[in-house]
Amino acid sequence: MASLIHCPHCGVRPKEEFSIRGDASLIRPDPEASDEAWNDYVHIRSNPRGRYREHWQHVAGCRRWLVVERDTFTHEVFAVTDAASSAREAGR
Amino acid sequence: MTAYRLASGGLIDRSAPLDFRFDGRNLTGFSGDTLASALLANDQLLVGRSFKYHRPRGIVTAGPSEPNALVTIGKGADSDPNTKATVAELYSGLDAHSQNRFPSLKYDFGAVNGLLSPFLGAGFYYKTFMWPAAFWEKVYEPIIRKAAGLGRAVLERDPQAYEKCWAHCDLLVIGSGPTGLMAALTAGRAGLRVILADEDFRLGGSLLGETARVNDASAQDFTETVLAELRSLPNVTMMPRTTVFGWYDDNVFGAVERVQKHVALPQAKLPVERLWRIAAKRALLATGAEERPLVFGGNDRPGVIMAGAMRTYANRFGVAAGKSVAIFTNGSAGYRTAADLAAHGVEIAAIIDSRAEGADVAPDGVRVIRSASVIDTKGRQRVCGAVVERSGFEQTIACDAIAMSGGWNPVIHLACQRGAKAIWSEDLKTFLAPDVGNGLVVAGAAAGRYTLAGCLKDGAEKAVVIAADLGFSTVSHTAPAVEGEIDPSFTALWYSPGAKAKAFVDFQNDVHVKDIGLALREGFGHVEHAKRYTTNGMATDQGKLSGINATGLLAAMQGISPADVGTTTFRPFYTPVAFGALAGTSRDEHAAPVRKSPLHGWAQRNGAVFVDSGLWFRPAYFSRGGEKTWRESTDREVRNIRENAGLCDVSTLGKIEVFGPDAAEFLNRLYCNPFLKLPVGKARYGLMLREDGMVYDDGTTSRLSHEHFVMTTTTALAGGVMSHMEYCAQVHWPDLKVRFCSSTDQWAQMAIAGPKARLVLQALVEDDISDAAFPFLAAGAVTLRGGLKARLFRISFSGELAYELAVPAGLGEAVADAVMEEGMAHGICAYGLEALNVLRIEKGHVTHAEFAGRVTPDDAGFGRMVSAQKPDFIGKRLSTRYGLTAADRMQMVGLKPVEPDQHIRAGAHLLREGAKPSTLNDQGYVSSACFSPTLGHDIALAFLKSGRERYGERVVVWDKLAGAEVVAEICNPVFVDPGNTKLNS
Repeated sequence: MASLIHCPHCGVRPKEEFSIRGDASLIRPDPEASDEAWNDYVHIRSNPRGRYREHWQHVAGCRRWLVVERDTFTHEVFAVTDAASSAREAGR
Repeated sequence: MTAYRLASGGLIDRSAPLDFRFDGRNLTGFSGDTLASALLANDQLLVGRSFKYHRPRGIVTAGPSEPNALVTIGKGADSDPNTKATVAELYSGLDAHSQNRFPSLKYDFGAVNGLLSPFLGAGFYYKTFMWPAAFWEKVYEPIIRKAAGLGRAVLERDPQAYEKCWAHCDLLVIGSGPTGLMAALTAGRAGLRVILADEDFRLGGSLLGETARVNDASAQDFTETVLAELRSLPNVTMMPRTTVFGWYDDNVFGAVERVQKHVALPQAKLPVERLWRIAAKRALLATGAEERPLVFGGNDRPGVIMAGAMRTYANRFGVAAGKSVAIFTNGSAGYRTAADLAAHGVEIAAIIDSRAEGADVAPDGVRVIRSASVIDTKGRQRVCGAVVERSGFEQTIACDAIAMSGGWNPVIHLACQRGAKAIWSEDLKTFLAPDVGNGLVVAGAAAGRYTLAGCLKDGAEKAVVIAADLGFSTVSHTAPAVEGEIDPSFTALWYSPGAKAKAFVDFQNDVHVKDIGLALREGFGHVEHAKRYTTNGMATDQGKLSGINATGLLAAMQGISPADVGTTTFRPFYTPVAFGALAGTSRDEHAAPVRKSPLHGWAQRNGAVFVDSGLWFRPAYFSRGGEKTWRESTDREVRNIRENAGLCDVSTLGKIEVFGPDAAEFLNRLYCNPFLKLPVGKARYGLMLREDGMVYDDGTTSRLSHEHFVMTTTTALAGGVMSHMEYCAQVHWPDLKVRFCSSTDQWAQMAIAGPKARLVLQALVEDDISDAAFPFLAAGAVTLRGGLKARLFRISFSGELAYELAVPAGLGEAVADAVMEEGMAHGICAYGLEALNVLRIEKGHVTHAEFAGRVTPDDAGFGRMVSAQKPDFIGKRLSTRYGLTAADRMQMVGLKPVEPDQHIRAGAHLLREGAKPSTLNDQGYVSSACFSPTLGHDIALAFLKSGRERYGERVVVWDKLAGAEVVAEICNPVFVDPGNTKLNS
């Protein structure tokens, strides 16, 4: 876990200001999608060692949802971006 | 009397004597002493009893690695157990006590354990106390805990204050010895923001006890010159008495500053300790090297002291550890101690050198015994002789102290705290830190550069590189010249052979060589297994002295290299940190914020008895004269609301204002029931699901204008719902044009309920609120008498004719007072959470007691609310899966006891009559229960398998905790006014 997170809106802030939700690669399926797709989305989680994209919220700051790309083993943080921008780029 | 204060010398102020106490004895030291140096000066060498065998133990080191000299300082609530005397700064009035002894340090009953030591080897507890299993917790462990252990944590509240701070710098220099000083100076001159931290109360590290000369001055004068320049630099912050205990991600360091640990009476305006988090662009680890103890027979007898520590006591504190000192060494350091002690007039009994040859020169007339080892020591509570063996011949050398020197271990803990493994250096016969990136650079003796000139140069050079990396230019200075250089060479000696007494590896945990051998034989030879099996390195000193020797022994016993054994894992904290410092100001009333409703004062004036509700204080009930129990007050409140009217503070409910052209669409996707066509001026009950189809939260949402809604959430989930909405808006549907913000704290909101609610309110509201003009579920802006704009909602949790009135928070109390005044003629009363709860159970309304996370809308009777038409909403897809629509799901029902005087409690389980209590026979559970003043008996809401088909049947309410079984009849959960006539009146 990183000690300091570079919030794209607020700058470098201590990690205690953030809350973590989990895997940011999950995309909410279409309501008509298969049972498997929904089961995967709601219940199945991987626990990778290495590079990982997570949803963090700056709850004690700007309250924006962020995508934190980090290494679960070395704890290095590669990038922190606004989740809405990422979602729009992904076509949502 | 053997240890004594030298006639002169040392960095102590002989004009400033300090009185202190040890185990009740009045003693005197000087300003500049540590407790350990002052104890030595008073010939108090025996300072503790060991953990397991209760052996007498004395001071071994002059620093933070001390395993033996652990004392309790202070008394009662104000006492600090396990304080190392070797780092405790002496002050006038210091009151110290030895630990782990009974009745006294000198005569200790526990020492009988030493006689039992053949049975108390490694793994003894695991093997002996395995059977019977139940005995461990009740019999064995309490006895072992009483016999073993060190200082006792007190149970009283710590009266001292602590605080936490952040610091930021370009370069953090950890350690103020020769390396750290030169690094700080070089970086400081270049303009970097520098923090120089050292655990000692006096900066200078090893220079303070060094006899070598630097730049033609004494090492101490050189130190003063450098410190004076550092003090003159505004960009340099010096932090003595500050232990950097941990290295964390992103180059954040944890440090604890002992602000007032060296004073008898701390000032109230300052903390005693300050916990720092230091965000450093770069850090330099200049923590030096620790002298390695020698493992030989009888090496734990008081009077056996590290050679370097003895030198420090003599040179820095002006204290001789003995009058006649034998020196056991495997390298040059022993000779240096001999020379310094001799210069102070201390007799050197002999130098016992494990090496066959060496170029070291002993002081004049001192006998050197080569290729020899100490195999035992004489004496009881302090050493009086060393038994030396050479070529099979033994001799006893009389002495009153033994200095031991086994080589050097660089202090690399911090560099290895983030997963890096220490690397064996065959050259230096020790472990070094690997390259851990440029955030933390190891320098000087900590990097294996032991010479004084090497340290001075390394510190300066590495600071130049760091400064350049950060874009600062440095001016080159010639490295300080050293006269009388240190020779750090030694030949590794993991175990001195032929021991005739226990040869200890870990003094604090009483681990000796045979324990390590036993661990190896029994299959616990991995360094981490051996540690746990023998407890070597598990004491409060965390193996600072013993760790490397254990590795060396494990390697030697297997005939392999220490490189193949490795070290145990280094973890924060470097030295123990008080819980008080970690908690900082977050304790007692500051542990969590207190949230008070805007109507708090009103409630107080009306006699509220408050209850914690999350962070909130909420009125539980309003006690009136003569009422002795909460039930009396609650029953009165409930009856009065059913007959007249009541006012309840509902300000704590979450309120979220939702705006935008897509606000309706957004809410429509959040709730399982439709919101798209909610008319302006109407409120609607909404159910929010989780994506797995279970109910998440509920509340009413009102449309104030086409593009403005105000949502309410439950008190408990106000924050969670806000985050959920933010996630949905930002991640799922970033294209929706919707904005929202919490307005919970901006509004004071009160529920006014009861048949006379309209009569009361109409007197205050200028708008027409007749049933025709403002029917059930109407919502909108109103003007109060006098012109105040407010919001009014006709919603009802109690089942009565009821309104919720919201006014700006600051005017809440005034409006509540006005409502009470107008209501007096109609018999209004204030009511609290208890009455609120009874009223809603009577009406069959749900809370989070029902929505406990495994309940679907249909389970709670809201099946028809869930929209089948909406293309999508959170939870839609998984609501339809098989398990959530099964016919035998537990459904919400009402229960009433067949015998009206019997009681039902929430949490009880339901069984068919005659069925044995078992998981298999479980039919459901009671979610809410209360006494209903309206009906005159207990009622309950419960979840029961296929419950809605079973009205009229009987079930057994099985309450194991209360030891009660009650037969109850299953009924409709709406006990009061199922036709909603009161609600719509």
